[in-house]
Parts: sequence; C-alpha cells; structure tokens
Amino acid sequence: MNSQRRSFMRNTFTGSLVAVSVASGLLTPSRVLAAWPKAAFDSTSVKDAMMGLLGTEKFEENAAISLRTPDIAENGTVVPVTVKTKLPNVETISVFALENARPLAISADLSAKSRAVLATRIKLGKTSKVVAVVKAGGKLFGATKTVKVTLGGCGG
Amino acid sequence: MAKKKLKVRASAKKGYAVIKAILFHPMETGLRKSKETGEVIPAKYIKEVSIKHNDEQVMMINMGIAVSKNPYLSVEVKDAVKGDTISIGWLDNEGDEASTDVKIR
Repeated sequence: MNSQRRSFMRNTFTGSLVAVSVASGLLTPSRVLAAWPKAAFDSTSVKDAMMGLLGTEKFEENAAISLRTPDIAENGTVVPVTVKTKLPNVETISVFALENARPLAISADLSAKSRAVLATRIKLGKTSKVVAVVKAGGKLFGATKTVKVTLGGCGG
Repeated sequence: MAKKKLKVRASAKKGYAVIKAILFHPMETGLRKSKETGEVIPAKYIKEVSIKHNDEQVMMINMGIAVSKNPYLSVEVKDAVKGDTISIGWLDNEGDEASTDVKIR
C-alpha cells in the first residue's frame, strides 16, 4: 500500500471536515475564552511551556494551593491529579509534568462561574515533579509534588 | 451504532454542582512507535474541552498529549441547581468532535 497516498487522503479529508464545521459554526468548543496555545503545548522545555502559556516562568509557591497526587504511581499512564485552591479570582489552572517530553499537560481557563477545582489523570514518562500553577488576580501561584513512577507512561 | 464518545454526570451540591466526565479517546501522543511495524503512531489527542452551564461558557480546558487515555475530568460550577443543563464538548487535533448535554441531578 502506498502509505503516503493514504495519509494524504486522510489529511485532505479531515482538513475539509474542519473547514466545513468551522464555516457552519458547528465546532463544539467555542472560542470565547482562548484558542489552544499551540506553542506552549508543543514546547519540549518547561521554561518554554510556561513562557508560552503564562508569559513568565516565575511563580510563588503558595500553601493555598492544594495539589493532590499519589506519592508513588505504579503505572505512569494514569496518574490522578487534583488541584484545588481557595484563592479568589482564579483565572487559569495548569499542570506541568517537568520530566515529560511535552511538559504542559493540561490548562483550564475558568470563568467567574466555575470553582477553582480541577481533577484529571495524566501520563508521566518517569519519576517527575508535578507542578500546578494557578493564576489568580493576575498573579501566579504554584505547588509542587514529586511523583515516583515505577512504570513509565509515555511509550518508547 | 457509534461508540459512545463521552460520559458525563453532574450532581447538585449546596450552591454548586460537581461535574464528572470521561471522554473516550485514544490520546495518542505521536511519540510512540508501533510494536509491529516500528512506525510512529500519528498523534491523536483532545485539544479542547468546553463546559457550558445553561448555554453559558463556564470553562475551557486545553489539553496536551500528557493527559491519559480516555481522559477523566472533574470540575465544579457555581450557582448551578438541580435540573440545569450542562453541556460538554471536545475537539481533537484532527477535527473530530463530540458533545453531550446532561441535566444536573
């Protein structure tokens, strides 16, 4: 099979599908809050990811941010992470896994109507520090935890 | 029948609602190689998840490849009461999408 032709066909097909759905306004997530920050998610260094997403790599460690992860993750493909804070005016919550090939895992843009809680599961390539960064009232606060991974989750 | 793409449950608490969702998606990183052919498996992952409460956007979640397969999300929405509608939709890097509406219970 000619694999180039196949990927070409697939690309043109999905490409046109996106164009059609954008044109007709069918695209589900509306762009009210922010577009997907490509540079930040694609960057391979923590610094670039933080710069790209938040405009700075400096944040203040703050006890008001609770970051819950397991201390030891047997399986790096599924590591539960919960970020909570009582700080007022929270704008974004982001989670970085410092040793991953792409450190930025998830970033949530919150409106005034959402509570500052985010729970999800992430992959960790190996034992790594996990950093939660919360933007509240224009300032950045963070919490860091080390998760020990006994079986990696990022393939290879 | 198409496979279910997401499962959402919203439950009312005092003054807010807890939303729990599982999005069924492979979340392929684009860094893995296939064991049989040795070729890189192309990336396929969810980029954006939008959460609406009664048609008002309350949250926009951007994801990267480090989110686990079949992502689980739990978030909380203020001023939501029993019977309100919560809509969740996702969009992936290839333009595939899915969305669903649930009533808060």
